[in-house]
Amino acid sequence: MTEFTLNGKAVQSESPNDTPLLWVIRDELKLKGTKFGCGIAQCGACTVHIDGAPIRSCSVPVSIAAGKAITTIEGLDSPAGEALKAAWVDNQVPQCGYCQSGQIMQAENLLANNPNPTDEDIITHMTGNLCRCMAYTRIKQAIRAASEEV
Amino acid sequence: MAIAKTLPNVSRRTFLVGTMNTGLVMSLGTVLPGCSQEQAALDFSGGDASATFSPTVWFEIDGAGAVLVNIAKAEMGQHVGTALARVVADELGADWDAISIKHVDTDPKWGYMVTGGSWSVHTTWQQLCQAGAAGRTVLRDAGANLLGVSPDDCTVADSTVTAGDQSITFAEIVRNGDLSRSFTDEALAALPIKPASERRFIGKDTAALDIPEKSRGAAVYGLDTELPGMVYATPLIPPTRYGSRIIGIDDTAARDIPGYLKTVEITDPSDTIQGWAVAVGESFPAVMKAAEAIEINWEAGETAGVSEADILDEGARLAADGSTGVLVVDDGDVAEARAQAASTHNATYRTATALHFTLEPQNALVEFNDGKCHIHAGNQWQSLILPVLAKALEMPETDIVLHQYYLGGGFGRRLFGDQMIPAALAARELGQPVKLVFQRPDDSRFDCVRSASVQQFDASFDADGALTGIEHAAAAGWPTLSMAPAFLAPGVDGNGKFDTFSISGGDHWYTLPAHRVRAINNPLAQRTFLPGWLRAVGPGWVGWGVESFMDELAERAGEDPIEFRLARLDSTGKNAGTSPNSVGGASRLANVLKDVRERSGWGRDMPENEGLGVAVCHGQERNMPTWVACVAHVAVDPNSKQVTVKKLWQSIDCGTVVHPDGALAQAEGAALWGVSLTLHEGSAFVDGQVRDRNLDTYTPLRMADVPELDIRFMASTETPTGLGEPPLIPVPPAIGNAIYAATGIRARDLPIRI
Repeated sequence: MTEFTLNGKAVQSESPNDTPLLWVIRDELKLKGTKFGCGIAQCGACTVHIDGAPIRSCSVPVSIAAGKAITTIEGLDSPAGEALKAAWVDNQVPQCGYCQSGQIMQAENLLANNPNPTDEDIITHMTGNLCRCMAYTRIKQAIRAASEEV
Repeated sequence: MAIAKTLPNVSRRTFLVGTMNTGLVMSLGTVLPGCSQEQAALDFSGGDASATFSPTVWFEIDGAGAVLVNIAKAEMGQHVGTALARVVADELGADWDAISIKHVDTDPKWGYMVTGGSWSVHTTWQQLCQAGAAGRTVLRDAGANLLGVSPDDCTVADSTVTAGDQSITFAEIVRNGDLSRSFTDEALAALPIKPASERRFIGKDTAALDIPEKSRGAAVYGLDTELPGMVYATPLIPPTRYGSRIIGIDDTAARDIPGYLKTVEITDPSDTIQGWAVAVGESFPAVMKAAEAIEINWEAGETAGVSEADILDEGARLAADGSTGVLVVDDGDVAEARAQAASTHNATYRTATALHFTLEPQNALVEFNDGKCHIHAGNQWQSLILPVLAKALEMPETDIVLHQYYLGGGFGRRLFGDQMIPAALAARELGQPVKLVFQRPDDSRFDCVRSASVQQFDASFDADGALTGIEHAAAAGWPTLSMAPAFLAPGVDGNGKFDTFSISGGDHWYTLPAHRVRAINNPLAQRTFLPGWLRAVGPGWVGWGVESFMDELAERAGEDPIEFRLARLDSTGKNAGTSPNSVGGASRLANVLKDVRERSGWGRDMPENEGLGVAVCHGQERNMPTWVACVAHVAVDPNSKQVTVKKLWQSIDCGTVVHPDGALAQAEGAALWGVSLTLHEGSAFVDGQVRDRNLDTYTPLRMADVPELDIRFMASTETPTGLGEPPLIPVPPAIGNAIYAATGIRARDLPIRI
């Protein structure tokens, strides 16, 4: 059994310790906003925060969450997170939308640590997140817009 | 080729029932927790639903004035529901804030269900305009009656019928008016459609209806669905797509895995799924582990040794043999031009196997309930897979229901819902709901990939060096031959049938003295894998050859590549265009080409190792042309030969643009897909299956390599054509031609490796 907080609430998982955190979040704790893409930490669709830092939840065991705070897209309510979600709508970013939870979780960590990122900073921070619809131009634009709001 | 026109029964459902319903707005069907589409229906019926006006199947208005537009097209990133609802709302005279949409499940009343080919707006435009106009007419007349005025004195806008200083809302009319009225098909067709100058929504910017929930993790995809009592499954895929047979299954090692239940061998009467088993368990992590532990002894099919080189060699052999293939274009006398030629110029263009790699892996949740088979999965072509499922399950189609969700990427992969078959067969055998989810490498191995292709071009010239004819042969695996053979088209000489989706683009709008095009099926490709429709489909690789070879011819003629093209886009003869789809013909392609020439600063001096390249296309089909011209600016590192695309300009004429920002987003995505397929994506068959199965070696474009984009839509009130794919088509040849301008190196293989 693993105990941690999920979006500010105490939760426990009955899954074996080596179960990827992604499936605990999605199937055991029923938060479906975090997505499964590649399974090898290369696409970023499964990005969540552990104590504020982004991780690829498909490739870490639930045991690493023990005693930690996990945040998913559903619980992302930081000023940067709210600004990003609003900017995603304002800039009409999503196409199919499947990668966008992970994109926003990754971007929040950038703005939390670097409120005024340059284009280069954005690209360096975001280039590990695949958008198969290739909405990259708008993702970059929305991060820049959100940074001006925070 | 008139593919859009040949879709069966596309407009069959434009009938009016002309009745006034009472009671519930609609049956809600299976409600899954958090499903946005069902939520739309709930929100809708939350109004005053004591009276409902539903003049066609495409929309309903309740007694509170809420308008629900039924969307029979898949939402996979194109915001199609927003575009189609804008068309209905504009003609209806509705208040946009009163509109909601519902992506519907399969039901015969929707007619033929397919989302692809960049067809959605084009093929539904007329019927949705008419549906809206019918609603407006009935509401106006009933409103006029309630107001005691003549309908001729009424205007309809913002969900209100107004006559002078009197007005009445749609809600009041639905509650109190007489809306019983029926229209014949002829009467419907004769209803006045608004002139473009009176449109309030079409062509005006709006926010897409699906974007808010996609921006907060609330959109529900097929992968997100659950049912009580379901078990998880993941496939155990054989060494070849066809002909493999399971000799033995040993799951001894899996039995110690907590949550593993059993392995089910799949026997598919439709023969779509051959030599499969699925691992079943209580959780997805359990079945992933089990799949690794289970040992299956397969007798492999005959293609187990086939390589990419084998497929390309077979294509090259067929293309070089003038007796092969089916004639698609046969204008003038190419053979005579060849016989009389003073000189010739030949080139062979190839493309490598490419994957769809939808970010949401293939999945399906299946439940048998009340004698029906309910399948929950995002899908693009319900009318294609339903008969296959009926055969596989030995059930009537009418007992199979596909429940639609958001698609985590379509790009043509979800045109074929073959992943539903093993899920359904396993669910029936186990007697409980099964959620089948593919792991990424299995998704890639089971992909219906874009076939490797080989195109040969042979141009003839007279003694003055003038072009006298072009022969073009294109060989590839044909998606339509395997999945939808009824859509094969007859050769222009009456001999044979060909896959229009594997040659479209060869029938271009250049006027040539003689032109012959042969479409050739590559049978080795066809036997080794299931060829698929990948975004931009045939034109996505045919255009690579056509427009690169045009540049070769321009250079040989010593002419500017744009001038060389413009001279042949003369809008004469068959290239003059026809109403309503291609009014203006090749002159519209010339227009976008001139526009992009000016905007890109074509002809200016470029720094060393940099160059501009141009290409054009007419979209997906000659009879549904979207005119696109593209200029690419590339830089090539002189040492590493690394290619950087610095900027793409595109000028696009797709007729009327319904949802401008959605259109721009589609063009941006399609153009970047073009960059990705040119420089970043490509796989190969090795031992009968694709080599690259995950992002460690299959490497689509990332943010760091995105060029600047400058895309312009031409103002137009012509019939809307297609948009989701055409902007992809000219990008590969524009980049290849730019590389040539920068380096003098002519790239003839995709992906480009110079």
